[in-house]
Amino acid sequence: MRKFLKLGAAALALTMVSGGMAQAQEKLSIYHWFEYIPQELLDKFSEETGIEVTMDTFDSNEAMLANLKAGSLGSYDVAVPGDYMVEIMINEGMLDTFESSELSNFGNIQPQWVDVPFDPGRKHSIPYQWGSTSFSVNRDDFGGDINTTSILFDPPADLQGKINMLDSQGEVLTMASLHLGIPQCSQDREQLKALDELLQGAKPHWASFNSDGAKDVLVSGDAAVGMIWNGFSAKARAEGANIEYAYPKEGYLVWMDNVVLLKDAPNRANALKFMDFLLEPENAAAVTNYARYTAGVNGVDEFLDPELKTSPEQSPPADAPAGVFVAVCDEATQSVYDSIWTRLKK
Amino acid sequence: MAAKAHDIRRYPAFLWITLLCLFVLYGPLIIVMIYSFNDSVSITRWGGFSLRWYEDVFFGPEAAKFKAAAWNSLSIAVMAATSATMIATCAAIAMIRGGSFRGKSMTFALISLPLMVPEIVTAVATLIFFSAISFTRGYFSIVMAHIVFCIPFAYLPISARLQGIEATYEQAAQDLYASRSQAFWQVLMPLMMPGIISGFLLAFIISLDDFIITNFVKGAGIETLPTAIFGSVKQGIKPNIMALSTLMLMVSIFFVTVSYFAGKSGAKTER
Amino acid sequence: MAGGPAAGGGASSSTFAGIRHWLLLPSWLVIGFFLLLPVLLMLVYSFLTKDFRGGVIWEFSLAAYDQFIFDRGLFGDEPPTIEWIYIQIFWRSIWQALLATILCLVIGFPTAYFIATRPQNTRMLWLFLITVPYWVNLLIRTVSMKFLIRDNGPLNEWFLAAGLLDSPIRMINTDFAVQLGLFYSYLPFMVLPIYASVERYNFALSEAAADLYADRWTALRLVVIPAVSPGIIAGCILVFVPSLGAFLAPDLLGGAKNFMIGSLIEEQFKGNAGNWPFGAAASMILLTMVLIVLMIYARQQARGEREGR
Repeated sequence: MRKFLKLGAAALALTMVSGGMAQAQEKLSIYHWFEYIPQELLDKFSEETGIEVTMDTFDSNEAMLANLKAGSLGSYDVAVPGDYMVEIMINEGMLDTFESSELSNFGNIQPQWVDVPFDPGRKHSIPYQWGSTSFSVNRDDFGGDINTTSILFDPPADLQGKINMLDSQGEVLTMASLHLGIPQCSQDREQLKALDELLQGAKPHWASFNSDGAKDVLVSGDAAVGMIWNGFSAKARAEGANIEYAYPKEGYLVWMDNVVLLKDAPNRANALKFMDFLLEPENAAAVTNYARYTAGVNGVDEFLDPELKTSPEQSPPADAPAGVFVAVCDEATQSVYDSIWTRLKK
Repeated sequence: MAAKAHDIRRYPAFLWITLLCLFVLYGPLIIVMIYSFNDSVSITRWGGFSLRWYEDVFFGPEAAKFKAAAWNSLSIAVMAATSATMIATCAAIAMIRGGSFRGKSMTFALISLPLMVPEIVTAVATLIFFSAISFTRGYFSIVMAHIVFCIPFAYLPISARLQGIEATYEQAAQDLYASRSQAFWQVLMPLMMPGIISGFLLAFIISLDDFIITNFVKGAGIETLPTAIFGSVKQGIKPNIMALSTLMLMVSIFFVTVSYFAGKSGAKTER
Repeated sequence: MAGGPAAGGGASSSTFAGIRHWLLLPSWLVIGFFLLLPVLLMLVYSFLTKDFRGGVIWEFSLAAYDQFIFDRGLFGDEPPTIEWIYIQIFWRSIWQALLATILCLVIGFPTAYFIATRPQNTRMLWLFLITVPYWVNLLIRTVSMKFLIRDNGPLNEWFLAAGLLDSPIRMINTDFAVQLGLFYSYLPFMVLPIYASVERYNFALSEAAADLYADRWTALRLVVIPAVSPGIIAGCILVFVPSLGAFLAPDLLGGAKNFMIGSLIEEQFKGNAGNWPFGAAASMILLTMVLIVLMIYARQQARGEREGR
């Protein structure tokens, strides 16, 4: 019987050793949105550099921040937060800096995306993709005018109870502010109360809060309306959902996701290699073809799927307003928005 | 048995409820199994029989992820179950063969604590603990958490078995001038072995099954099969997940069947 | 359950008394350090100040419990009123867990009884059939259920095709789906202890009842059920307690819109909310509730043993 225990001890030792050995190889650890980068592109990066890539995924900017603050900072090299979240992370001191000279492809970044308000001069981040957030409506269920945020917040009877919202505080609250026509980061009590009341009144009409299932609920027909990102909606349409992406007259959101260099990154050099790799037009185009958003890199056109140019999710009608970025509020104002969200979710 | 006794014992409706019970238990699993052979990309329309999703599990774009997750799940389960079984065996011997001592019921409460604390609470507490000591969560944190909740599952069958073994065996051995360690390794251990094996298997399965605690304590880039499947399923149930589920189902059923028949033949030889 | 502190191991079986503390040391250390200490730490965290989105500031605060009990309006400066929302979430969880337990009992008791009254040779096979699904990964079972009952899932498709329904019934994302999921997750926990009790039950008692002109259902109600009640209670606790803190069924089958305790806690750590002290406080409240249930159970069992049941 001693044999049994010895065997167990040997197995234990073996697994620990093999776990330790794997660490000798060059590594890169990515914290990324779900379904946002094709596996082939990661394989290509590994092939070119010999760096082994591991990737975890998140489904909202806020969840990513929460997990990093829960002790995961120091175990990831790069993450892909949206614009306003980059600013928050800089304020929280969670990002490392790099010089533009450290990236040989830095010059590929489109000029309008270099001096961005959330990271002036791009000291912590590079552009990944940009797109818009609005909602899509299943045309089998509803034939009327969809270019209004009333579809989400004051839905017609046909659509009540069939709406999926993104589980994302920044985007939902900003969309609701657009519906009411109040500014972001408002400190006016009446406006904030109205915002709270609007959301409480709309909640009974919503079937679920789901970001990672936002595409699936539209494809499977579980929801007739889904708040969604433009590229994800294009993918849902490609998978057979008869949906139309809305450009509400009250406004909609635009955003840019960015690859950031995290503080205490265990493989800083590899992280920079990866960022450089993503600024290569061919690779940026591969992401765009997969995720159906828009790259912020020069020279991608020749590699793009021609279908993208005519995609309705990429071509707002002429009379549609310009999209709005989510704003970052100061902490006191933010805490009111936080409690509006908490009250909505509970 | 007298006819009347038969009568009072039997409730014909109970057969139907039992069958309903089995139907509910197996229905969803069988449906998933059937649809995993569906050729169609749309998961609800039947498009003919095909093995393409099984091919997808092993060679598709996500194959590397699932392979790594499966390896993590297995190695974690082996380590956690082995450690938990060793710890539980020691504890069972001390509790059943250690006489009575102060703090015995406290010790028993401590050993069963992982069973009493709801999983989500264990998960939160462990997350807070690792964060408070600034320990980078990863492979090791999962293994430690799994060892803890596997201990009572390993302990129960081992202690039950040990209770059924009369102390006269080791005493007789010691009377015959066997040292205490000889009495242990050559007499008690072989008798305890069935309990130890079922304790190990129970701990092993429980570790493989765990989702909540793993989800909280896993670190960067480490997935087990349940967390990997959960991540995929959140985006919608895809046919390759059904194929993967069916494979895991087969593995579980294989394990249970083997242990069932092993237990059966073991019981026979003992009687 | 096997291996109670008092059970087994008479005075004679103290072969290893000399080294018992060494033998117990690993379990004390591992469970003490990696479970007991973390739970105590969680208690401490529930009294700390929350940091912006995740983490804590080491300053004493009752804010977490205050948030649980009082509603101070949107801006936190209105006079406090009782906050019903979290109480409702807890109540909903208790209610859901209770309904799932009742569902398990209604289906599980007849099943256990039926199996226990089979001839010896087929009994093990029936038992085996009931336990096999339990060994299948809980996540996979929940996902299977989700697939089966979704709006366009097989169940609705068949009912529509068979002409039993005009339009699909909505089951997914409802409370019923959560109860069904909990029932499906924990049914074997109900069947096994009841089976063990019924198997030990002396059927001569039923026969005696029959001799006294009791019909079958009267015998069941007045004789069998009281006699096997320890098994029934154990089964109910084994289903109720894990149902209370369940996460997978509410999240996957309930649409994550109707919070239950488990998903409420998860949201504080993994989701948008990022309020650690509040999550720790909710966990403490859940833990306290479970320990109270278990303590009542242990008390009753001890009393039952004293009465020589």
